[in-house]
Amino acid sequence: MPRYLAGRVAAMAGVLLLVCLFTYAVFFLLSPDPAVQICGKNCTPDRIDQIRENLGLDRPFWTQFLTFLGGLFAGRTYGVGPNAVQCAAPCLGYSFQSSQSVTDMIVQRLPVSATVAIGAAVLWLLVGVISGLVGAVKEGTWVDRTLTGLTLGGLSIPNYVLALVLQYVLVVQLQWLPFPQAVPFGEDPGRWFLNFVMPWIVLAVGYAAAYTRLTRANVIDTLQENFLRTARAKGLAPRLVWRRHALRPALTPVVTVFGMDFAGLLGGALITETVFGLNGVGKMAADSIAKNDQPVIMGVTLLAAFFVVVGNVVVDVVYTFIDPRVRVAA
Amino acid sequence: MSITTTDTKRRAATGALTVRDLTVSFPTATGSVDVVSHLDLDLEPGSALGIVGESGSGKSLTSLAMMGLLPPKATRTGTVTLGTEDLTSMSEAQLRRIRGDRVAMIFQDPLSSLNPYYTVGAQIEEAYRSHRRGVTRRKAHQVAVEAMERVHIKDAARRADHYPHQFSGGMRQRVMIAMALATEPELLIADEPTTALDVTVQAQILALLQEIRRETGTSLILITHDLAVVSEVTDHIVVMRSGVCVERGPVEAIFSDPQHHYTQRLFDAVPRIDDEIGDLRSLSPTGDHR
Repeated sequence: MPRYLAGRVAAMAGVLLLVCLFTYAVFFLLSPDPAVQICGKNCTPDRIDQIRENLGLDRPFWTQFLTFLGGLFAGRTYGVGPNAVQCAAPCLGYSFQSSQSVTDMIVQRLPVSATVAIGAAVLWLLVGVISGLVGAVKEGTWVDRTLTGLTLGGLSIPNYVLALVLQYVLVVQLQWLPFPQAVPFGEDPGRWFLNFVMPWIVLAVGYAAAYTRLTRANVIDTLQENFLRTARAKGLAPRLVWRRHALRPALTPVVTVFGMDFAGLLGGALITETVFGLNGVGKMAADSIAKNDQPVIMGVTLLAAFFVVVGNVVVDVVYTFIDPRVRVAA
Repeated sequence: MSITTTDTKRRAATGALTVRDLTVSFPTATGSVDVVSHLDLDLEPGSALGIVGESGSGKSLTSLAMMGLLPPKATRTGTVTLGTEDLTSMSEAQLRRIRGDRVAMIFQDPLSSLNPYYTVGAQIEEAYRSHRRGVTRRKAHQVAVEAMERVHIKDAARRADHYPHQFSGGMRQRVMIAMALATEPELLIADEPTTALDVTVQAQILALLQEIRRETGTSLILITHDLAVVSEVTDHIVVMRSGVCVERGPVEAIFSDPQHHYTQRLFDAVPRIDDEIGDLRSLSPTGDHR
């Protein structure tokens, strides 16, 4: 097990390094000169050169990339002499737009994205798995067909359309929810919670639909398994046949998919956060792309890649505990 | 060993099985189709009956029908009596007490018939505990290990904690048999128990079934397409074809003098050592040579 884990972590580091390199190269080659952007309208060529030198943009690609990596692990210093700025590890640089440290920006916004992701995950797991089970048990009946129709709708409706519809219905027409306004948790937990209800629903709908289908299909497949016939032939009570022999094999694959989906969302739910004006990592990504704020784009890309890769390893490790066939092979 | 007690023998002696006019049908687009029709079977306590037939002859469905394990769409008529009890008039809950306790089943593919998520010990214990109220886990585990020893699995105490994929095909089938034996059933229904196994392992499993019959006095229904298998293990044979019994009788009688055209063809289809290579005799749907 420790050897297995060490191998996985090494592979994970390799993938992250490649993501770094690739993202860095894309911006180095494709994007307009950041020094010109930073300089603004009333700008002199001297000033541009000075900015380039301060940010190290005048140096070759590999030097810049290695400096970036160095900053990530050991921190780095921008500029020289009395104007020098020390950026502590993990240093992702400074936003071209706001001059804020990208690391600080992420740290500030991550809790919002995590809140959105966790709430939505709870919702879609509950709804998806339960309705998937109901669909499987009632296979072929009107209940099953209705659920299948609903999942099709859930999968096809775009987030931003659903967000608008919900806002109109729940806030404007029915007035069940207050108009969304950023309220810190400490100030008014109830209000804070109500603010997140719509984002949670909007984000969860698509996933819930996908999980309903996944669960339904897995359960129906498992019910055809020969070992279920064995369980019935042993005279086990239906409760035991279901819980031990049908649900465990049927729900194990859901764990894999969930790990990946959830990890992906920690890197920010771009559309949902933007539509609801939530100041999370996803909105930050959208804003930075719109303004070509390279260090920020780089930061959120790395963050998202980090969560996906870590999520992958976590799922693999969890799998060695829940599937005995994997456990022994590992 | 606790499995072969006199109590078992007495109980085993009570289980005469009588099947009368058993018909199983499935609905299709063009109306209902009988896959087993008007079948009668008789099994004396402690004896062994072979049900022989080609794929699709309805032999497996017959065994599932007897135990009330047919797919939901299938319908069943006729009566199945075990001892003095009519299985066909029982509620699902009553039938559950018979399944796995008085009548145990063994299936064709032991890998897919065992749940990959649980140790074989746990799966045997589960069978035992569901029929013995108030049994401790420890006692159930002990029964499982004994049952595994009974089917000659070496190092049974350690092997009980292993998962199905860690066993070979033959060993897995032994596990299935151990699971069936844990509750000391009076009737064992083995549905193609050796079909997925290679020939040497097949022989070992058949020898094991013989040994179990001898020592526990359990009756056996052996379902197979393999004539060699029934001739070794059973006393009586029922030959089935398209859901109908075409011939029945003692093994020796049928092997020495098959009466029905189909049975003769079935014997004729068994490859012989002096056959020319490539010369396989198959049976056409009407029972004639193609």
